[in-house]
Amino acid sequence: MSLQDKDRIFTNLYGFEPFSLEYAKKRGDWDKTKDLIYKGKDWIIEEMKLSGLRGRGGAGFPTGMKWSFMPKENTGKPHYLVINADESEPGTCKDREILRHDPHKLIEGALLASFAMGAHHCFIYVRGEFYDESSNLSKAIEEAREAGLLGKNAAGSGWEFDITLHRGAGAYICGEETALIESIEGKKGQPRNKPPFPAMAGLYSCPTTINNVETIAVVPTILRRGGEWFKSFGKNEKNTGTKLFCISGHVNAPCVVEESMGITMRELIDKHCGGVRGGWDNLKAVIPGGSSTPMLPKEICDHQIMDFDSLRENGSGLGTAGLIVMDKSTDVIYAIARLAHFYMHESCGQCTPCREGTGWLWRVMTRMVDGHATIEEIDMLWDVTKEIEGHTICALGDAAAWPIQGLIRHFRPEMEARILDYRKKAA
Amino acid sequence: MPTLTINGTEIEVEKGTSILQAAEMLGVEIPHFCYHGRLSVPANCRMCLVEVKGGPPKPAASCAMSCADGMEVHTDSEMVKKARKGVMEMMLINHPLDCPICDQGGECDLQDQAVAYGFDRSRYAENKRAVPNKELGPIIKTIMTRCINCTRCVRFAEEIAGVETLGQLNRGEDAEIGTFIEQAVDTELSGNLVDVCPVGALTSKPYAFKARPWELVKTQSVDVMDAVGSNIRIDSRSGEVLRILPRLHEDINEEWISDKTRYAYDGLTKRRLDRPWLRNPQTNQLEECGWPEAFSFIAEKLKDINGTEIAALAGDLCDLESMTALKDLMTGLGSPHLDCRTDGGSYNPSNRAGYLFNTTIAGIEEADAILIVGANPRYEATMVNARIRKNWLDHRTKIALIGEAVDLTYPYEHLGDGWADLEKFMKARSGFAKIFKEAQRPMIIFGAHLFTGEGGAALHAYAMEAAEKLGVIKDNWNGFNLLQTAASRVGGLDIGFVPQEKAGKGFSDILAGTRDGSIKALYLLGADEFDARSEIGWNTFVIYQGHHGDRGAAMADVILPGAAYTEKDALYVNLEGRVQEGWRAVFPPGEAKEDWKILRALSEYVLKAPLSYDNLKQLRTHIYATAPHLVHLGDIIPALWPSAAAGKGDALPAEAQIFASISKSGYYATNSVARASQIMRACEDAFVPAVPLKEAAE
Repeated sequence: MSLQDKDRIFTNLYGFEPFSLEYAKKRGDWDKTKDLIYKGKDWIIEEMKLSGLRGRGGAGFPTGMKWSFMPKENTGKPHYLVINADESEPGTCKDREILRHDPHKLIEGALLASFAMGAHHCFIYVRGEFYDESSNLSKAIEEAREAGLLGKNAAGSGWEFDITLHRGAGAYICGEETALIESIEGKKGQPRNKPPFPAMAGLYSCPTTINNVETIAVVPTILRRGGEWFKSFGKNEKNTGTKLFCISGHVNAPCVVEESMGITMRELIDKHCGGVRGGWDNLKAVIPGGSSTPMLPKEICDHQIMDFDSLRENGSGLGTAGLIVMDKSTDVIYAIARLAHFYMHESCGQCTPCREGTGWLWRVMTRMVDGHATIEEIDMLWDVTKEIEGHTICALGDAAAWPIQGLIRHFRPEMEARILDYRKKAA
Repeated sequence: MPTLTINGTEIEVEKGTSILQAAEMLGVEIPHFCYHGRLSVPANCRMCLVEVKGGPPKPAASCAMSCADGMEVHTDSEMVKKARKGVMEMMLINHPLDCPICDQGGECDLQDQAVAYGFDRSRYAENKRAVPNKELGPIIKTIMTRCINCTRCVRFAEEIAGVETLGQLNRGEDAEIGTFIEQAVDTELSGNLVDVCPVGALTSKPYAFKARPWELVKTQSVDVMDAVGSNIRIDSRSGEVLRILPRLHEDINEEWISDKTRYAYDGLTKRRLDRPWLRNPQTNQLEECGWPEAFSFIAEKLKDINGTEIAALAGDLCDLESMTALKDLMTGLGSPHLDCRTDGGSYNPSNRAGYLFNTTIAGIEEADAILIVGANPRYEATMVNARIRKNWLDHRTKIALIGEAVDLTYPYEHLGDGWADLEKFMKARSGFAKIFKEAQRPMIIFGAHLFTGEGGAALHAYAMEAAEKLGVIKDNWNGFNLLQTAASRVGGLDIGFVPQEKAGKGFSDILAGTRDGSIKALYLLGADEFDARSEIGWNTFVIYQGHHGDRGAAMADVILPGAAYTEKDALYVNLEGRVQEGWRAVFPPGEAKEDWKILRALSEYVLKAPLSYDNLKQLRTHIYATAPHLVHLGDIIPALWPSAAAGKGDALPAEAQIFASISKSGYYATNSVARASQIMRACEDAFVPAVPLKEAAE
């Protein structure tokens, strides 16, 4: 059973209505926000914990728990909420829909989240390429400010709150939370070492929580309808709620759609995207959660459930829920080589395994595309990805390694055939 | 105090200690490149990965991970070995295989760690990356392809040297270290960049392709380029000094040295006095001669001169032994006219606390307010300045300056540039004055040259009184500091190389005496830091003993070639009053001899009873007898503050302006060695803005 319209959080996902405050209010945003705040910080955090919401940015860390890491007592330093709108993962395009069509959900969520963690200021870091998105968002912020929903007495709650919109300059790495902080601080976007985690020392060395746009945007609805309601979606306790899926690639109707967590991949594609180009049997592989998650072959996709833990069991991940569908016409080796190039290009160059390794991966992958390699080099490639994975400061190293691991895991015969074929031709 | 186990051994460490530091305490080696104990921790090389049980199932960077209670750390597990091998392989895939011609070879962290932790072969079959070299000035040679992007140099420049010229440009594989707009790294500490670089990316330009490190003879010594007494290591091969490196001394130079200390060594082989000379009375030309000839000539001349008509000056680079011997020689001749303050210092030398840097260099770190008067520590005592900057970095200590406003690498409040401003400061009750007066450990640094010439003694008394009034003298804290600039000065004052009794003349009186005829013979022991040609009377019989044909030698009637600081076993006392010993690295050139031996030999000719010591040991015993506090080699014996500050300060010259003695423009030429050095000249060309030549009058 798929999600019904009454349970959708993002009711203007496709921009059929204007994004303005007037229409947002008609859609139910900013409705008695004050009352939610009056229920107190602890109530909000408990409700978030109850809902089982996991971070929508890719790592899937429980949001309520993340908020509870912020220092409770006054440390003398301001607290900050930073919203990560640097959505750059190839295959992912959910946050931009929120930013341009439903920005008030985000702004209201920012207020509620900030109140819950004692922050008076929120930074929204928008990807540099998102021009329309940031102008819509800034217009919405301006509207909210004029309507008294932001400011000294935000939404009449007595809580002082404001938002700063910060536009990035187009670096993928600035989507990594600590690189994003560095970037806001005006430095080169290079991830920091953890610990200390941002909850202890983040933006300007102050306690900071960084959340994805979607995570924050669902907060008001969860609080209004209750954590129990949100929790009722999904196949199990740990994978709950509704989720925006972005489906692109070889489907008949690529789209962004809100669906219940735990929907099967096949249902998702068949129902919302008009099926795979040339029918389900023409499917070759799917990258299930944005370019960094390992691809899954059709045999697994047949029965794949789309949630955090089920995908992890199959050696992949939900990531940002950006599905890249590839039919049988796809050269998967080339596809992954292209991703390897992307990660090489976006590596910040700070730490050794990623700086040196991503280039190495891409060069070997480029040869693999032609088959100009040896069988043993496939094993070496695997080994090199293992040398990068887990040894870097941030997760970009892992993100560069995983797609190639997915390729070798599921399409090694194709890679070997390519190599043998090349040799035959060369001989 | 967290307790943790590393490889099964338990250790309790202070809070905030990193795993890497804890492992070092236990003697467990963890390989690393980017980590440097005195710089911030970026954890970007990833070589120091260790396994921490109980944490996430991936290795952790031990340099950045603080110890926590109950941690179980393994540095030799399979996971760690694999991680190290992987990181090492990544380091090397784009590193050139030019070790045979790399100047870092033999002392390269990358080389050593590749042997210990790396693969035995390369699996990288692609083309290697090449990075264009950068021009960073006359001292640093770059081969940027060798760079492993550890950013130690960037952090050194930013944190220790205080110049933000270096940075990591670009991203990913294209990342490179550079200055964005190509320029020299303009800091007097730039030589240390070569030391911090763990690979051969930054190497020493003057030392390029000169030697392999294992051929070098390494001698421990003490620097004489300024009064700091930085600990150095002299690397030499077949009688030539090839480079000078810092030696660790936590209380003086830590592990840094200034560019002058490091690179003036090439001056040691140029313009050297390598045989005795004497001036032929007939031709008035200097002629080569032998030692006995020179000595006889001197004896002949001095026979007709009364003892009270002879005077002696000791220059900036002199060691304790030679000054003692000269003092004894002069006493034997009956002369009271001695001075080691060739900058013209006229302050009271009997008060030791009055001429020392009493706070000590390490003590600077504890100061909570610093006032600098008439000094430019950046160029007068570079390592002192580095310590002030360190204090500022750690504590954001408030600092103020009276004198010329210059870039000191840390922010300070400029209070003015005259003695009147000091007076004003003492009366002020707000701003920095308030901070200073309320500080627990305030310190005040006076440039030593402020107390020169006629009014010097009075100003010095005034300064000491001011210090006392400002409350910088407390129990266990002496915040009065004189910033001496010459390596010999404190030693000379300590052994009493100053005017003897009432009759003795000081520096300026001696020179005046040579002009009016009351001084007929002048003995210059390496005294070059004044304009000998115009200051010394033309009829004076001048004996110059020293190592460089510089200003003093130009005026000499007899030249006795001595040894430079790298060529003798000698004692020096630094500005804090710390006695240190330097050892001979190479022999003096030609017929030059160690200085005290020359004086001992000369005494056979000119004294009835020659000097009483025949070897260094006897001489040093003699020194310790005259100045007992000098026996504590390596230590500082704090000077007592006189109970009532030395006399009442006279009225101040109201108009007098305060300047620092050495500024950037003069920094590279402060002594005869530096003046003879081509590297110092190149630095001057690169770093000192050229003064436009005046156009010829038309």
